[in-house]
Amino acid sequence: MSDTTRHPDGSPATVPAGPVVSTGPVGPADPVGSNQIYTLHVNGDDHQIRDAWVGESLLYVLRERLGLLGSKGACEQGECGSCSVLVDDELVCGCLVLAAAATGQRIVTIEGIAPLGAPSDVQQAFVDAGAVQCGFCTPGLIMATHALLDRSAEPSEFEIREELSGNVCRCTGYGRIIDAVQRVAVSRRDRNDAEVGS
Amino acid sequence: MSTTTPVDVSVASSVDTSVLAGRLGDSAVRPDGVAKVQGSFAFSGDLSADGFLWGATLRSPHPSARIVSIDLSAAWRIDGVEAIVTAADVPGKATYGLISQDQPVFASDFVRYVGEPVAAVAANHPETCRRALEAIVVAYEVLAPLTDPELAVDGSFPPIHPDGNVIRHQRIVRGDTAVIGDVVVEAVYEIGMQDQAFLGLEAALAIPDPGGEGIELFVATQWLHEDRHQIAACLAMADDKVRITLGGVGGAFGAREDISLQVHTCLLALRTGRPVRIAYSREESFLGHVHRHPARIWMRHHATADGKIVKIEARFVMDGGAYASTSSAVLINAVTHTQGPYACDNAVVDGWAVRTNNLPCGAMRGFGVVQACFAHEGQMDRLAAACGLDPVEIRLRNAMQTGDRLITGQVIENVAPVARCIRETAALPLPDEPVGGHDGDPMRLPGGAGLTADRSHIRRGIGWGVAIKNLMYSEGFDDYSTARCILRDGVASLKFATSEVGQGFVTIAAQIARSVLGVDDVVLEPIDTTIGSAGSTSASRQTWMSGGAVDGACRLVREQLFAHVGAQHGIEPLRLAIDGRDVIDTMGELRVSVAQATAGMSFEETFEHHHRPTEDLDENGQGNCHTAFAFVAHRAVVDVDPELGLVKVVQIATAQDVGRALNPLSVIGQIEGGIAQGVGLAVMEEIIQVDGRVRNANFTDYLLPTFLDMPDVVVSLIEEPDPMAPLGAKGVGEPPCISSTPAVVAAIRDAIGKDLTRTPVRPSDIVF
Repeated sequence: MSDTTRHPDGSPATVPAGPVVSTGPVGPADPVGSNQIYTLHVNGDDHQIRDAWVGESLLYVLRERLGLLGSKGACEQGECGSCSVLVDDELVCGCLVLAAAATGQRIVTIEGIAPLGAPSDVQQAFVDAGAVQCGFCTPGLIMATHALLDRSAEPSEFEIREELSGNVCRCTGYGRIIDAVQRVAVSRRDRNDAEVGS
Repeated sequence: MSTTTPVDVSVASSVDTSVLAGRLGDSAVRPDGVAKVQGSFAFSGDLSADGFLWGATLRSPHPSARIVSIDLSAAWRIDGVEAIVTAADVPGKATYGLISQDQPVFASDFVRYVGEPVAAVAANHPETCRRALEAIVVAYEVLAPLTDPELAVDGSFPPIHPDGNVIRHQRIVRGDTAVIGDVVVEAVYEIGMQDQAFLGLEAALAIPDPGGEGIELFVATQWLHEDRHQIAACLAMADDKVRITLGGVGGAFGAREDISLQVHTCLLALRTGRPVRIAYSREESFLGHVHRHPARIWMRHHATADGKIVKIEARFVMDGGAYASTSSAVLINAVTHTQGPYACDNAVVDGWAVRTNNLPCGAMRGFGVVQACFAHEGQMDRLAAACGLDPVEIRLRNAMQTGDRLITGQVIENVAPVARCIRETAALPLPDEPVGGHDGDPMRLPGGAGLTADRSHIRRGIGWGVAIKNLMYSEGFDDYSTARCILRDGVASLKFATSEVGQGFVTIAAQIARSVLGVDDVVLEPIDTTIGSAGSTSASRQTWMSGGAVDGACRLVREQLFAHVGAQHGIEPLRLAIDGRDVIDTMGELRVSVAQATAGMSFEETFEHHHRPTEDLDENGQGNCHTAFAFVAHRAVVDVDPELGLVKVVQIATAQDVGRALNPLSVIGQIEGGIAQGVGLAVMEEIIQVDGRVRNANFTDYLLPTFLDMPDVVVSLIEEPDPMAPLGAKGVGEPPCISSTPAVVAAIRDAIGKDLTRTPVRPSDIVF
């Protein structure tokens, strides 16, 4: 299989090629035989979840049944924020939410944060500022940063630290992430100023 | 499915050219950055295949026990269980290991640590797997565990493994061992067990070939070819029947150098004839990979009255846990770095790496030098106090220079700007944040807001740490890396098996090709075992080793290009050079773009970079065992609440010897990230074991530095290109986490005047 993901310089190297990543409702039937059907509203679309074990977390269902693999699991107990998603505009850890309990709510994942394909300003700033190393914490931090800047357009450095402290990064030591968040705040302000001025 | 052809890169012409400008020395952005921020980058745990099964591992609940029987019958009766494998199902070598193969794929007779694999299952759902593991009945005869490493050193505990309880003993004797200093200081230092705590949990996907004659494995690892070799032996296959592609790696820091789930995943896939995924939980990850060695180190420094070190005596005991992993190499790193970055002619050092029934230990960023540095930096502060000197002055008086010798007799031939690291760190500004934080904000207090610190009681301290770190592998290991470059129609394609774990080799590999070949477009081919080994992404070695291999391959291709252009234009190829995107005649008028010169052409070269040979140590620990060295200094500022034992690390200043910053932004990222791990080891990170049982195998109880724990970092890069390094660049990954830890602990000592000899520093160490 040839790789379809291209990076800015055209390189596919760090995206392992080969097995087809599941993108549709897959996975085995409920091991205990329950056949509940429920619907999740994710990134603007309704998804019917069938034959699923009711014990599955929202994170598991997003990843394994809906193929939305951008949300990551790293601690399974809400400590690291890698699985951060928005549920009715509230930032939550997908690992702590029972999927079957999230029916009727608007769920937004990293795949839905910039639905048109181009990176959001936050996403681009993370790339440009060197805020990404291994990248495992990154989708969760992107979600948390969007939520932060929606609440507070120009957070102080300390506010950034406080508000993002539910997201653990093991690679960067956070310095470049703070820089990325500040870059977005400044560029949004400049853009707003320009719009007001024009 | 098994191979991927490089994509054409016509797409690249449509993207931001400022990104493509990234040549050596530029802060080029990561080629995988956009995929990572969009969540589309495929980590190993994201990989799947049609008809796959989930795998899971049954682990020992005991630190030491004899397996009496294993009853699988109840597990087999669970609907959805497709395979169960135990030691009896391993077709090849029953054990694996990086240096000595002493670790069983599955325990068969004895279990030697809590978490040792006993069996593995494959089933249709993770929950089915969990239930199947619960249904396996293992009868154990529980034995008394060996948990005190000193009992392994003194031989008083019966062997817990056929290879014995001492993994390695190394002695270093140098110079005049009878010298007595005017000033003598000594102490015993302890370092706790740190976890690498990468975020991307262990995960793999194995796909068996039809007929089961070979297997394809997608896994996050640090060293594809070494994995392949160990896996193939256990599967009784030739190496080339095991094909490994790097699954996206969510951090490594040493914990992916050893085999964890690789063989288990392959066995289940071969047994079922179906793809199998295994994904560890966080708790399982704590049990399933090696950690940083806990250590107990005695050091006695002798010095002249004016503070010049004349002799060092030391004794190291490093707890390797149940299996050897890289313990013997970690020990050698520790004992050979006893003196730190300071000149010393006389020494007597004894070191042991021993086996216990604690968690196995092996590689973690800093690899033995973290432990040695915590002790030697504690000693330098003692020496300063005893001589009436300040911590900076004592270090400057003893600072090593190029041409000095290690206590192994090895001459430091690298650039060794130790004094410059110290002076430039000292010149960095101290924090403007007042003691207890700005503006009376209680959030800035140690421990944050709440009924915690009283501002008026907070004390500030400043501490120092300076380090030397060996780069690359040691003791005679031919530690090479391989790369291939193809230049075709103005586009360079690079192929290597260098594991990208987040450090950014993929970024600088492309920068190298752009600089050497004058191209903008670089394609990085998949990282897999279809090319020769790149060695491990560890020991701060890939910029030097794989950078050297990519550079070498690109230079050979450039020679072909120049020969071609020279022949076309009747110009001696030696007169040709790359200028920007063009080939030019340095003695004439010719200027032709690389794209034009290579139109319809293809040049290909493969290059292996080997570093210079190293030697084993003799029985007195003498020999040129290391390849090269880098240096760093750290200054820490802390605020301490002495009543509650709370510490806030306010600032770390650092000057690091990087040789040449090929990508300054990446270097800063390595420095800040390494310091975060050093701060963690100083004040919060420790795996707690009681009687061989882990008590905090989760992120609620194993504390990692968050945004709020991380201090401001101020950095000075010391760029003195090293003539020994292929690109002048030294590895930068490990030094930041080595002397940052002792600097923070020294700052706490400075704040409260207590004799802290253990890291991490616990509240009780401060209060009582």
